Amino acid sequence: MIVMSTRRWVLTGIGIAFLMTLPLLLPNFWLVNIFGRALVYGIVALSLTFLAHYGGFVSLAQTMIAGVAGYSVAMMAPTAIPLGDVALPYALAIPLAVLAASFAGAVVGLIAVNTREIYLLMITLALAVGFSLFAQSNITWFNGYEGIRNVVGPEIFGRPFRTPLVFYYTALIVAVLLYLLVLYVVRTPFGLVLQAIRDSDRRTAAIGFHVGLHRVASFALAGFIAGWGGVLITFYNIGITPSSIGLWATVGVLIMAVIGGLGHPLGAFIGALIFAMMDTFASSIIGHDRFNTLIGLVFLAIVLLSPDGVWGMGGRLVAALGWRRRNKTAVSGDTR
Amino acid sequence: MSLQFILTVTLNGLTLASLYFIVACGFSLIFGLMRTVNMAHGSLYMVGAYVGFAVYDPLYASSAWASQAWLIGIVAGIGAAALVGLIMQVAFLGWMQGQELRQALVTIGLSIIIADQILATFGGNPFRFFAPDMLFGPVEVPIIGRYPVFRLFQVILAIAVGVGLWLLLNKTKLGIIVRAGVDDRQMLAACGINVPLVAATVFALGAGLAGFGGVIGATAQPMSLGVDVRFLLMSLVVVIVGGMGSIGGTALGALLIGLAEQWGQVLFPTYSVILTFVIMATVLAVWPQGLLGRKPT
Repeated sequence: MIVMSTRRWVLTGIGIAFLMTLPLLLPNFWLVNIFGRALVYGIVALSLTFLAHYGGFVSLAQTMIAGVAGYSVAMMAPTAIPLGDVALPYALAIPLAVLAASFAGAVVGLIAVNTREIYLLMITLALAVGFSLFAQSNITWFNGYEGIRNVVGPEIFGRPFRTPLVFYYTALIVAVLLYLLVLYVVRTPFGLVLQAIRDSDRRTAAIGFHVGLHRVASFALAGFIAGWGGVLITFYNIGITPSSIGLWATVGVLIMAVIGGLGHPLGAFIGALIFAMMDTFASSIIGHDRFNTLIGLVFLAIVLLSPDGVWGMGGRLVAALGWRRRNKTAVSGDTR
Repeated sequence: MSLQFILTVTLNGLTLASLYFIVACGFSLIFGLMRTVNMAHGSLYMVGAYVGFAVYDPLYASSAWASQAWLIGIVAGIGAAALVGLIMQVAFLGWMQGQELRQALVTIGLSIIIADQILATFGGNPFRFFAPDMLFGPVEVPIIGRYPVFRLFQVILAIAVGVGLWLLLNKTKLGIIVRAGVDDRQMLAACGINVPLVAATVFALGAGLAGFGGVIGATAQPMSLGVDVRFLLMSLVVVIVGGMGSIGGTALGALLIGLAEQWGQVLFPTYSVILTFVIMATVLAVWPQGLLGRKPT
């Protein structure tokens, strides 16, 4: 079971209930292009936060792994242009795509199994950019620069996936389930070993745990999470192109995770929401051309001033105002 | 496949490797001393090329300075990149020494801003430098036939940079300090060396090499936006393969990657990128520290 204090359960419940009622409060634009987008990209950022916070691996390959799922589902999608060799129904294509992403995650974990910290960051970045360059140059499977278009997604209850309500609720349900999955996994023996590896891999190995196997497994799980994100992002964009998984997309997911805060899985979604809002409304502040300068400055400011992101800032604010209960640190346990 | 063809492709790989070596050297130098992974290294390459061109272009058009324009452009490119690198180190990276991940994130943020500001300032039009007459045009090479003389000059430059760095690191006082700093920074500081000053010097040197590479690279082939990504990627791969903080390793890594890229494009055009990454993954699996890298202590 997911171990949380009753108070946290209540807060989580209120949060989910609030998100469930959002369609009543917001116009479709906000629902799809801000909150829906934040949810689907937040899932990819969640996989990065999971690896970074509980395993200590800052992997930049998560966007690439989401791209593996996205390209897989696009290649198998019955509506895709150009149509792939094996067109399957979505009910089959989506699980296969997520499986492919989990496998890709395990492969990345295997390649990087002996590296840590900054080396891991460099190697995963190189892999991510390499995959995007490969997708760009391969015509046979990936259709080169143009990518694969018209991946509209399945019909749910007879309504097309692109209907705002269908898209929003699907994204929300998947995101909530994966979020709870992360909270659950980190309390299992596997998750605890993972955190032990983060704190000291040599001691963990000395107790008798197979460090490499746990690392690869955690990358596979992160691949599973990112895979769902990749599938939903592909439906959101109605297709996939090499640039949507390139360096800037990779850095974008990193920015989301860092702005939100790597200290808690929720930070991924907070960061994705901030990113989506900035991306949408920056044009009215400084013009869309200079969006990158704005997001770069915000990112730089966060890294310089509050390395644990908005989540950590909020935590410090709460502590400063004295709202935090005294025995809280003993309960949460995941302080770092 | 004729002998001429084989030699031409190999020479192409060699000249490409020379450019990678010049750029990756700076990256490796910075990492070797400060453990800073400079994710903005590709941006420094771009700063060198764009600022160098901004100085070079009006001089080249004028009649009086046309012959010296290229050299002045190189100096301006190196200077601009070194200055940006110096500011990065002093203003942002110096005071968070030891927090490697945070430094990497800071340089990612800076690279986003630099790339966008270059686009805003200089526009996105591709351009290229024209080398002085002495280095311009083809030259007759045995067996291969006519070959651009500038690309051969690139190889000479890379060797000069390599030898120069080796001499600097092994034969000068600064080199001794830098090598001592690689082994033990705290001890070095305790000996009375101003470590932040040394770090700033080395960062400026590494950044200057990236800027130098930028001008050379933009002379060999036209320059356009997006090269920062390519050269950051290549610097990463070259030093991962060759080994961090080792000149010989960087040279070996650059050779392997340059040759693999050119031969890959000939043998299996679509998958040439994959070849680079197969090499990287293989090296990592067998030598996690890179081919000539030292084991971390």
